[in-house]
Amino acid sequence: MKKILALPAVVLATSVLLAACGNNETASDKQAGTSAAQSETQTSTETADAADQEATGSEYTTAVDGYRSFAIEQIDEFVKQTEKFTDAVKAGDLETAKSLYAPARMYYERIEPVAEALGDLDPNIDARDGDVEAADWRGFHRIEKALWEDKTTEGMTEFADTLLSDAKLLRAKVETMDIDASLMVTGAVELLNEVSSSKVTGEEERYSHTDLYDFAANVEGAREIYNLLKDDLAAKDKDLNQQIAERFDALEKELAPFKDGDGYVSYEKLKDEDVRKLSQNLDALAEPLSNMGQVLGV
Amino acid sequence: MTEQKKDSLKKPLSRREMLKLTGVAGLGLLLGGGGASGLMTLGRKSSLAAMSETTPDKALPFYGKHQAGIITPAQDFICFAAFDVTAGSADDLRRLFKNWTAASAAMAAGEMIGEHNTTLNTPPTDTGEAAGLTPSRTTLTFGVGPSLFDGRFGLQGRKPKGLRDLPAFAGDALDPQWCGGDLCVQVCADDMQVAFHAIRNLARIARGHAVLRWTQEGFQRTGRADPAGGTPRNLLGFKDGTGNPDTTDAVLMDQTVWAQPADGPGWMAGGSYMAVRRVRMRVEVWDRSTLKDQEATFGRHRDSGAPLGSSGEFDPVDLKAKSSDGQPIIPATSHLRLAKGDGSQQILRRSYSYSSGLDAKTGQLDAGLLFISYQRDLENQFIPIQKRLAKNDKLNEYTVHTGSAVFACFPGSTNGGYIGDTLI
Repeated sequence: MKKILALPAVVLATSVLLAACGNNETASDKQAGTSAAQSETQTSTETADAADQEATGSEYTTAVDGYRSFAIEQIDEFVKQTEKFTDAVKAGDLETAKSLYAPARMYYERIEPVAEALGDLDPNIDARDGDVEAADWRGFHRIEKALWEDKTTEGMTEFADTLLSDAKLLRAKVETMDIDASLMVTGAVELLNEVSSSKVTGEEERYSHTDLYDFAANVEGAREIYNLLKDDLAAKDKDLNQQIAERFDALEKELAPFKDGDGYVSYEKLKDEDVRKLSQNLDALAEPLSNMGQVLGV
Repeated sequence: MTEQKKDSLKKPLSRREMLKLTGVAGLGLLLGGGGASGLMTLGRKSSLAAMSETTPDKALPFYGKHQAGIITPAQDFICFAAFDVTAGSADDLRRLFKNWTAASAAMAAGEMIGEHNTTLNTPPTDTGEAAGLTPSRTTLTFGVGPSLFDGRFGLQGRKPKGLRDLPAFAGDALDPQWCGGDLCVQVCADDMQVAFHAIRNLARIARGHAVLRWTQEGFQRTGRADPAGGTPRNLLGFKDGTGNPDTTDAVLMDQTVWAQPADGPGWMAGGSYMAVRRVRMRVEVWDRSTLKDQEATFGRHRDSGAPLGSSGEFDPVDLKAKSSDGQPIIPATSHLRLAKGDGSQQILRRSYSYSSGLDAKTGQLDAGLLFISYQRDLENQFIPIQKRLAKNDKLNEYTVHTGSAVFACFPGSTNGGYIGDTLI
């Protein structure tokens, strides 16, 4: 769950237009004192380029379509697994509920930027204690606290029902959602930023300590986006593409020792040194990944 | 490179700046040949004052025979960082050095890093917090630690023989979190934000090649607070650096600071060896000791900085002088006497004070000295001095060494070359 909610789609669209204008480098770019006024001038004098850039943007239709089906597939599975989880909660089956919690969340964590773009759904599903007003707190982490800290499913029926209906609402809304290459590119970076700011620190799953499930899912979600765009990226910047691929591999290699069966070990098993290495490998990947948008012109 | 960038690189010094520089260099030459120690110290003092107090916004050249930041008169602030290299190959390391060089030259000139600083659809190549600020006499000084020569990059045969982790000194309480590093960068500037900006951007550029191992920020009194440019005081209240060799004396610098071609290895000729110690001061304990004890600890008067028994800071140090009861006026265990020894070992100290919040365990201040010294040879200069001090220095009651590292700082690089190009 992100504290700053994603921009509405209309702002995203505007920034795509603006971004396209900045593509032609000018000498003033290097000057320390470049003022906002200057960049506005650039924008207005270079609007001709915007049309070209939009045409370029449409070349990513395959990737965008690919991502839409990926997101739908994940959300379908998310709804299914969430239902199993909430059934267990409602049945008062504490152990089963605990075992279904983290795996169900992974489907959500892989496509989190999509949910974030849909406004209130993300906080409703994924807010942590303190992210929202106490009276509004619901979703996975509310139930997580009951299962692990209070060690009971008591009083959770209503939260379980709301969680499932929020998940279903997400599934319904995604059909009509505007997905474009820009959302994908910023989404990939956001997924890694999520890991960097809350998963690698063990703050996301403070009761269940299943942070590494979220960690892995966020990285998988970012990799999916990269995989869909990598041929286009390679055509424009071979070195950057190779660097990103290598650093995904390096990060996955760093995470591999913490796999445990189908899941991951508890965050509490990590040593300080492990956390630091994971974090550094993540930063090393996120840096080149954040340049993908500029190279692709989205 | 754009026309504007070329212009700014070639931008001539203003007349005012040029006059000041000639004045300083001329004074140095004149006094360097003189040999009278009183005059030399006077010369150093004047040049310090001239450099640091009247040209605070100046850009110092990044390229040159030697790296800047070694004999450069100390700026107001330091941001020091040690890195561990994670890159797999010598090629990767070389690429890092080249990228660091381009960014460093830009930062020293007060320019933005990279090409994309107004492009909307990409993260800016410069993080921006130094935009519009003066160059602030920024220097970036790079070195390599002994661990870089362990075989990862095929450099085993090129390790300087004296580049080894320092031996354990009596009383060391080293914490691994403040020790070692494959690489170091010492950034000094007259503005803390400008200095921090440099370390932050170098760490960012290093991602995937090297990671931060430890960092320490430091300060001394600013030029604004001390327009006369006197010797700075450490956090124990005493002047620190009075006995430093005269950096305007080129012959003396070749003898004490710069590695010479004959010293070997060849890639270090014109470079210098750096010793770094993070020395925590037990300020709470110090503050409870009498002025008499404090002065006896340093061997100097607190107020004037003069050696005990003298009145002027730069008065010659008479180690033989005895008081009426036959005791040496400058005590046998004083910092001054032990640091000086027989005078045969000299180092160039370039230390800063640090304050890093609280020691959570005791609630006391974690404050002290980021000791940095440059020398031509660690084994014959820093180590014997530190051995003497560690064994007997009365100051040890009030200090504890928590961090330690050594680095071989490259010779300077030329425009078109890169840092470390003599090594790799």
